[in-house]
Amino acid sequence: MYESMILRTIARLMLPLLLLLSLFMVVRGHHLPGGGFVGGLLASAAIILQIVAFGPDYAREIIPVNYLRVAATGVGFAACWGLLALVQGQPFMAARWLDTPIPGIGKLGTPVMFDIGVYLTVIGVTTQLALVLAEEPTLYPLRRSPPPQTEPMAPEA
Amino acid sequence: MAHHLFLPLIVPLFSAGVATLISQRLAWARVIAVAATLFNLGYGTWLLVTVATTGRQVTQGGGWVAPFGITLMADGLSAIMLFLTALLTLVTILFSFATIDARQERFYYYPLLLLLMFGCSGAFLTGDLFNLYVWFEILLVASFGLITLGGSRAQLEGGLKYVVLNLFASLCFLVGAGLVYGVAGTLNMAHLAERLNAIQEPTLVTAVAGFFLIAFGGKAALAPLFFWLPTSYHTPSIAVTALFGGLLSKVGIYALYRVFGTVFQSELGRLAPLILAVAGVTMVVGVIGAMAQVNVRRILAFHIVSQVGYMAMGLGLASVAGLTAGILFMAHNIVVKTALFLIGGAAEHLTGSGELKQMGGMARREPFLAVLWLLASFALVGIPPLSGFFGKLGLIQAGVAQEQWLIVGVAAGVSLFTLFSMLKIWNEVFWKKAYGDMSRLPRAGAGLLAPAVILVAVSIALGLGAAPALEYSVLAAEQTLDTVGLARDVCGAGGCDAVELAVARE
Repeated sequence: MYESMILRTIARLMLPLLLLLSLFMVVRGHHLPGGGFVGGLLASAAIILQIVAFGPDYAREIIPVNYLRVAATGVGFAACWGLLALVQGQPFMAARWLDTPIPGIGKLGTPVMFDIGVYLTVIGVTTQLALVLAEEPTLYPLRRSPPPQTEPMAPEA
Repeated sequence: MAHHLFLPLIVPLFSAGVATLISQRLAWARVIAVAATLFNLGYGTWLLVTVATTGRQVTQGGGWVAPFGITLMADGLSAIMLFLTALLTLVTILFSFATIDARQERFYYYPLLLLLMFGCSGAFLTGDLFNLYVWFEILLVASFGLITLGGSRAQLEGGLKYVVLNLFASLCFLVGAGLVYGVAGTLNMAHLAERLNAIQEPTLVTAVAGFFLIAFGGKAALAPLFFWLPTSYHTPSIAVTALFGGLLSKVGIYALYRVFGTVFQSELGRLAPLILAVAGVTMVVGVIGAMAQVNVRRILAFHIVSQVGYMAMGLGLASVAGLTAGILFMAHNIVVKTALFLIGGAAEHLTGSGELKQMGGMARREPFLAVLWLLASFALVGIPPLSGFFGKLGLIQAGVAQEQWLIVGVAAGVSLFTLFSMLKIWNEVFWKKAYGDMSRLPRAGAGLLAPAVILVAVSIALGLGAAPALEYSVLAAEQTLDTVGLARDVCGAGGCDAVELAVARE
């Protein structure tokens, strides 16, 4: 955490912009560079910027979700859209598209939905990693005296 | 096309996701874990029968035609391994109900177990070399979590060694996969086998095959890259040790069988003497290492190393007979090794210590546990009619038929030393007088014994039903070595090159 006014002002302004940009990346990603993975990294970078500027507590406060759950939901969501083809007698993950494109978004199909699942998974995993690392000093305070016998394992958010 | 091959992957993945979401409601997480494992067990049983009656099962991920997409395939070897994976995960979950503390269980224990099963099942079903790498990573990440779950100092130390060596092996795997793609221009196993058998630069392919030997040898704990196993396997909870000991190193052996039996079949003859030498050294080093140990789980961990040597010997003999015996031995060993860890672990759980010095008196106090131990350890040593006998007999017969006298001698001699170690544990844990006052110690309940009983029963069944088991192993070995049939099943009657040419022409 840096107590810098410039960084904090910018970080506050950038959060909604970066989150929007990440969504744009997901939607754009099917036919052009972008996609769920990059979008997810962008979104988690936006949150990590808050961790750097304000500390992990603030980052948990402004977006109060359990990121591990976001990741688990994302995995389930992505796999769900693969199932559609399997139910129709095609191999798992075979693409299914809507016939008419939706204005502003473009052609919609299971690969796009799969990408949204990937987006959620990447946000969940990377942000959770960053948060746990950022919270480490409070979880495991450095001591010179003998190490604690029962260490807490991780935050139960 | 056999689209059902996706099911044993989708079910554990979904269950892991749901179990993560409800990890604080322990009862539900347990139900989900057991249900998903039971599904995979049922599916594995069905797949064993289906493969035996209708042959190799193949499907293509996302509907992309092989060799462009990712192929999933199940032959006899895959079916055996898939079935055993589900069986082992199930007994591990049952055993952890009785032994593991709720704090660890809440800390995503069941999601990690399910992800481990997901990764292993995927590794056994994939027909694509790079995809195999991905599955290895999935199961490794899950195992990294499981091995350090308690967060204690010893666990982190053991976990670090485990992680470092496995990452090194993964790196070798990745380098090998990149090189083989450069040499052959494909990563589909069927297509690779087709091309590598016809390739003009054999020395290059041998060098690439060497990378795979190091990678899978490291993961399977073959000499000289075995040292990570005995230093890390005794640190996690007993249930996790049992699962790792039974399953994880055998995933490496499976990969060796698959890669050298199918993909690099042309190299198998050239590398066979090296594999045999490594196998012999592994057997001896493992069994000698075990003699020096005074902790139940450490002794058993060294024996994993020793027995992995036998499985590598089956590959090194480079014949249908050798591979058959290797597969039979592997199936037996997966079951019996886990059973031994569970029984020794139960004794450790009851006594509160795994050091031989501080144990004892178990034969009088828990006679049923002692009987289970005797059965499982005799099966491990290979005393007829228990399951280990037939696998070892097959290996030695195949060795004699090929006049590989040295490895046959080593294999027979190492068995004696295995018996020595098993008797040492018997004497110290079960036979000798109790170390202290045992009257306050808990008694073994049904929950603690049932998992071991299941496995010992499977082992006995495998010994008494040795004829059908051997028949199935022959089928599995023949399917593994049958590259022509593989290319036909995966890419169609013309082979994979024909498909690629046809697409290029369009």
